[in-house]
Amino acid sequence: MTGTDRRLNIALVAGFAALLLLPWYRIDGGFYGFGWLQGYPGKPASAPAILQVFQHGRWWLAIAAALMGIGLAARFTREPSRRARLLILSGVLGLVFLTFEGLAIGFSGWSWGVLERLFGSLGDGQPSMGAGAVVTGFTFILLLSFGLAERGAMKGDAFIVGSIATLIALVTIFVFYPVLSMFAGAFQDFDGSFKPDGFFHNIADPSIWSLDCVIGAGRCGVAWRTLWLAILTASGATLLGLSFALVATRTRFPFKKGLRLLTILPIITPPFVIGLALILLFGRSGVVTQLVSDLLGIEPGRWLYGMTGIWIAQVLSFTPISFLVLIGVVEGVSPSMEEASQTLRADRWRTFRRVSLPLMAPGLANAFLIAFIESMADFGNPMVLGGSHGVLSTEIFFAVVGSQNDPARAAVLAMILLVFTMTAFIAQRLWLSGKNFATVTGKGDSGAHAALPRGLSFAVHGLVIPWGIFTLVVYVMILFGGFVRTWGLDNTLTVEHYVKAFSIGLRDNGGIAWSGVAWDSFWTTMEIALISAPLTAVVGLLTAYIIVRQKFAGRGLFEFALMMSFAIPGTVIGISYIMAFNLPPLEMTGTALILVMCFVFRNMPVGVRGGVAAMSQIDKSLDEASLTLRADSFRTVRRVVAPLLRPAITAALVYSFVRAITSISAVIFLVSAQYNMSTAYIVGLVENGEYGVAIAYSSALIVIMVTVIAAFQLLVGERRLRRENRVQSRPASPALPGQEKPV
Amino acid sequence: MNPASPALNQPGSVIFENVRKSFGVFTAIPDLSFTIEPGTLVTLLGPSGCGKTTTLRMLAGLEHPTSGRILIGGKDVTLLPANERDVSMVFQSYALFPHMSALDNVAYGLESSGLKRKEAREKAEDGLALVGLAGMGARLPAELSGGQQQRVAVARALVLEPQVLLLDEPLSNLDARLRRRVRSEIRDLQQRLGFTAVYVTHDQEEALAVSDRIVVMKEGVIAQQGAPHELYESPASPFIADFIGEANVVDCVVESVEAGRATINYAGLVQSLPARAARPGPARLAIRPGAITLSPLAGDAPLKGRITSAAYLGGHVEYEVEVAGATLFVTDASAAIALPPRSEVAVGLRERGIALIAG
Repeated sequence: MTGTDRRLNIALVAGFAALLLLPWYRIDGGFYGFGWLQGYPGKPASAPAILQVFQHGRWWLAIAAALMGIGLAARFTREPSRRARLLILSGVLGLVFLTFEGLAIGFSGWSWGVLERLFGSLGDGQPSMGAGAVVTGFTFILLLSFGLAERGAMKGDAFIVGSIATLIALVTIFVFYPVLSMFAGAFQDFDGSFKPDGFFHNIADPSIWSLDCVIGAGRCGVAWRTLWLAILTASGATLLGLSFALVATRTRFPFKKGLRLLTILPIITPPFVIGLALILLFGRSGVVTQLVSDLLGIEPGRWLYGMTGIWIAQVLSFTPISFLVLIGVVEGVSPSMEEASQTLRADRWRTFRRVSLPLMAPGLANAFLIAFIESMADFGNPMVLGGSHGVLSTEIFFAVVGSQNDPARAAVLAMILLVFTMTAFIAQRLWLSGKNFATVTGKGDSGAHAALPRGLSFAVHGLVIPWGIFTLVVYVMILFGGFVRTWGLDNTLTVEHYVKAFSIGLRDNGGIAWSGVAWDSFWTTMEIALISAPLTAVVGLLTAYIIVRQKFAGRGLFEFALMMSFAIPGTVIGISYIMAFNLPPLEMTGTALILVMCFVFRNMPVGVRGGVAAMSQIDKSLDEASLTLRADSFRTVRRVVAPLLRPAITAALVYSFVRAITSISAVIFLVSAQYNMSTAYIVGLVENGEYGVAIAYSSALIVIMVTVIAAFQLLVGERRLRRENRVQSRPASPALPGQEKPV
Repeated sequence: MNPASPALNQPGSVIFENVRKSFGVFTAIPDLSFTIEPGTLVTLLGPSGCGKTTTLRMLAGLEHPTSGRILIGGKDVTLLPANERDVSMVFQSYALFPHMSALDNVAYGLESSGLKRKEAREKAEDGLALVGLAGMGARLPAELSGGQQQRVAVARALVLEPQVLLLDEPLSNLDARLRRRVRSEIRDLQQRLGFTAVYVTHDQEEALAVSDRIVVMKEGVIAQQGAPHELYESPASPFIADFIGEANVVDCVVESVEAGRATINYAGLVQSLPARAARPGPARLAIRPGAITLSPLAGDAPLKGRITSAAYLGGHVEYEVEVAGATLFVTDASAAIALPPRSEVAVGLRERGIALIAG
């Protein structure tokens, strides 16, 4: 039996098992609860497809079985091209059929009136797809992939074809389908019928587009406010980021190492924490506010709650990101260019203005656009500080949650937000592809960077030092804020917030009682972060492998679509997931699965980027050597590529783990009573005014994440050292004393 | 070419049948057919971009042809992926896995083919011993010299006992002295073990030294194929004449053909040489730089030339000589001192080293 037959056997066995044994529809109590085993297979809720057809009147599922039958026929066809054609036919028709029946037949019958008129009404509808349907769908993907591979697609490599097909299916389901559902949602009424009134009513709403603040008294629409805020935040963060980068690389500033530590802050800080710390400093009862009002007799104001406060919080949050991007840019300017300029009689200032700065321009634009997108997508800070002056992301939230309950409005607002961020993303792409002065080459570039002109040096220090101190104060507030009873009113030190959040007791039966209020959400968060991190790393790096190493039609589009999902703001993801996964064919709201999938597809682009960068440094001939040594590409990935990518894998794991803990924007839509996440819980605390517990919980999270990152850093750092030692020992070993430089 | 030859159904044979390979709009190989007999070492030779590496990669399964068929050992492998073909390859960069020891590198393919780890390692030890690296198995590639890395790469490919061994410019990363030694080691191994080998290089000297047969390619098309001496002595085109061992290509007239020998007239110099397929009339002559004799002009000579430059290189002298309106490149290994530039010389030809170009 050849390998081609064996893999086909496995796929077919899985496929028919799914049809004959697994419950076809979604089990309400959860599949892994195995409560459905009671009454299986007789009950309609847990019956497999075969019984659904014969006993419960769901005749259409017989078509799926018939299409699978084509695959079985192919298994016993010997003529290769005919066999491949049959497999492809089975796979394509199967997938098309599953998609169609899933969308067309809802809970109570046909979803679309046209079908009802054509086929007559159905006695009963169907619930959401379950284990049986999902495995069947995956089998069809496999049959299609095997068919394509046997026809020689991707050099006959079934693993690669299967991976590409699976990734495309996943991205379609978890990125495009939700966004499209959201668009559809904007035109739909509650019962799902087409009703564009809501769309037109909302898109023309003056509270979105009003320009009153420019042409007269009153406030501008939320769209303009958000745009304006994003531009200001991006400008501020880029300017500060550049100053930090210049200080860190071009001056003799004594605390450079400390500056670089700044770059990990945004990764480990839950996004609303900065806003929270600002409230403790400048809020009505904040330390600074109280001090100023005592000293000068000024009435404590509410100036922080609004655009100004959000702006400060966002600049604080995103400056480290700009810094991180711009360090690379500033270091990337080849020193020899600057030295060349100086030998051409240009002074330092002229060198900086005419050579260094223009070379950095694309990097600056990139940093600006990243901060712009981040500001647009930011949910935490506006949530905490916005008050009634919302931005798009919070308006979306309030359109669904609370009294408004207007999904059409949420969809319209989400579309506007998406258009803004997409425009910025595409602009960034075009800008980067058009103007890229790659001065970092593989060749060693000697020479020293030119020192900054005096005036500029003073200016950047003047910006960096106060802002650095400010950041430090903010983080000190976060860490110690949790130890103060009630800010501004009762400043006695206490551990009561920590006790309230994290107390542990003993049960009567001797077990540990997690009696603190935070434990519930904390364990859920850890569980979901631990499940989604490896999945994210696998999906991200597999995608990177395919993008870098495989050539196929539509690869550019594939990459673009993946990267684009990075530019979809979390709030938009959240609202679109709710709209897509609240009803059959795929119902997931309220489960842990939806949170995991959300994290995987939100954090994957970073894994892809890291993987692409790491993969491009590994010679392609290593993969090819493995292939010619009888290893299939799965073995190649496992034995050759993955070990060489270890640092990138670790980075992806840490990043996705940490992001799963810190993110809020999408999460807040997707949490449920059963699966509540830390961030969502903390925002709830803030809304109730329980700042003490909120900040205690946040700082505990930060400490945990620092520990995790440090542990990983230690692990990876050691490994790399060892390998470098091995490499370096070789050039040192041949003793050539004659070549040593005379001293 | 004779596809019906029984040897071409034997293990180790290779057949390319009307293979075409395009990359998008660019066609690297328009239509390629050739055969390789089992147990021979065949070199694909040509300038860079001629399609020789693409041909090798198609044989390995790393590229798939756009159309046409490839047979190995009489079996159609056109659609088979690389890991299911009974060939193995030595890469130009060696492509040793940097995170595995030499032994693990050699054992990798054996384990991939389903051998138990212990068995695989034993065979890998034998493989390392075969290339003279016994006892070096524990070292990482970075701890081996360039020549040792190259041998590990050869051992890694050979232990799989493939029907066909593919070598992609295996010597290009070695220095000149080592190159000569390793190439004779490879040839020696091939003759001792009797496997089929396909060897890609752009170095004609290397090709002449190791091959049973050379296939010269140019722009995706076979320019000429044959045994080394056939290519050198009977080039089919000016390109081959110049590419295999350098040649001056000049016009001449074939005056008569008799009993397999032709009498030619090159600018007044009459010379007899093997006729090959030549017919009376205008023809082209390939003259090796060493086949031209120069002597100081004393009285009259049938063919005269004028030295335009001379360079003394120790073992021989290189001249550029203007003869009958063309500049010829001449090497003279017999002269003790160089003839002075701008001097007039009598020009003669040796029979060994000149050939009529067919077609």
